[in-house]
Amino acid sequence: MAEMYTYAVARVRCREMALLTRADLSRLMQCQTEEECLRTLQDKGWGKDTATHLSAEEMLIEEDRKIWSFIGELVHDPGVFDVLRLPKDFNNLKAAVKSVITKVTPPHIYMSGGTVPPETMQRAVEQNDFSLLPDFLAEPGREAASLLLQTRDGQRCDILLDRACLMAVQKAAESSECDLLREYAELTTAIADIKIAVRAQKTGKSRAFLQEALAPCRTLSLDSLTAAALKSCDDLLSYLMLTPYAPAVEALKDSASAFEKWCDDRVIELIRGQKYEAFTLGPLVAYILARQNEISTVRVLLAGKRNHMDDGLIQERLRDLYV
Amino acid sequence: MDINVLGMPLAVLGAALAALLAGIGSAIGVGMGGQAAAGVVTEDPGKFGKVLILQLLPGTQGIYGLLIAFMTLSNIGVLGTPKEVTFAQGLMYLFAGILMGVAGLISAKWQARASVSGISLLAKRPDQFGKAMIFPAMVETYAVLALLVSLLCVANIGNIAI
Repeated sequence: MAEMYTYAVARVRCREMALLTRADLSRLMQCQTEEECLRTLQDKGWGKDTATHLSAEEMLIEEDRKIWSFIGELVHDPGVFDVLRLPKDFNNLKAAVKSVITKVTPPHIYMSGGTVPPETMQRAVEQNDFSLLPDFLAEPGREAASLLLQTRDGQRCDILLDRACLMAVQKAAESSECDLLREYAELTTAIADIKIAVRAQKTGKSRAFLQEALAPCRTLSLDSLTAAALKSCDDLLSYLMLTPYAPAVEALKDSASAFEKWCDDRVIELIRGQKYEAFTLGPLVAYILARQNEISTVRVLLAGKRNHMDDGLIQERLRDLYV
Repeated sequence: MDINVLGMPLAVLGAALAALLAGIGSAIGVGMGGQAAAGVVTEDPGKFGKVLILQLLPGTQGIYGLLIAFMTLSNIGVLGTPKEVTFAQGLMYLFAGILMGVAGLISAKWQARASVSGISLLAKRPDQFGKAMIFPAMVETYAVLALLVSLLCVANIGNIAI
């Protein structure tokens, strides 16, 4: 019998009351400046406390930390969320490899909530001792570090780690009892493949590049995707029309940001059914994804305000909300 | 051996099963409700009173089982004056006990699921307490029907001369 998460789901239901609503987004839209938005968010409980002033990025990092701290209180084994935590590990590994090898360390490069502490990643790369890392990170980490050292090609390093990440996510999803996590892993892999194919088509990349970058998934045929991307944009969109991602074609024709919005909205659509679940892991996963979606919505809004973008333009880019 | 000596043990077994199975169902149900209630109270202690009522709803089946067990024990003379119970009467007491026990066990578990969902509803919409109560209360109907039939059986088996 699958484990029951009755207590955790009840807590999540209460927390969902504090998620941002359409009315909250309208209030944020009415703010004239980024500073005003940050104050409004602080009043809503975002950031640390009303006395601590945080920059926009610090506030968003703090909100992400809060998600994982709350989830840590709910489950004995955080490994059930590996599908959502592994991308953070690979992001941190990418940051560690690049910062150690290029000797440049920008602020806030590491994300919290992964399965391996960022300090361990940093140490593994600095000491060239990847045995400090679990197997799924050690091999890609070693390869990425040596590739970057030899070629100084950041893009290939990214491709290698991104593909390894998607494969690790798929593997974690296969062993998960949660249908939602399996569907989410499939969706994220397919979306990543579509993004790679579209960019590769626009920049005229080779078949070898696509074969190196695309990660296998159930809902897309990599051979067909590669062949279409090597031909033309129309061929690529025609192929996508034959897949479950046909609704994304309009967004892809529109712009990259419209496609990004479609992807985030598709995730919200996927998790919406979890509102009526009371016992399984699904509502917890849905809460994490809803909070992450909320953070990316606020990031878009704050960036728009910071750059004095037209309100209509910001509004177009705002994501659907879970509540 | 006179087969009628088995009458009393069968009747006691019926009483035991009524209390045991319905009690197990209620314990599971109240436990599930308790987990959900604790989750809500962790976040909002002000909802304690409301979620407590929803948590306790699957507890009634245990009481029904106990009632049938008491009545059976009283009618067969385990409590009070000892009476003679024939094999056929013992078997009838057993069936009456099983009826309450099984109906109590299953209805308590399903009522608990409805209660937990009601608690989730209450967590998001505290003003909908009445509706949150009605959904699990519907399941109670079937436990009450089983109680009624079981009660009628236990009350009248002693009057049947077989």
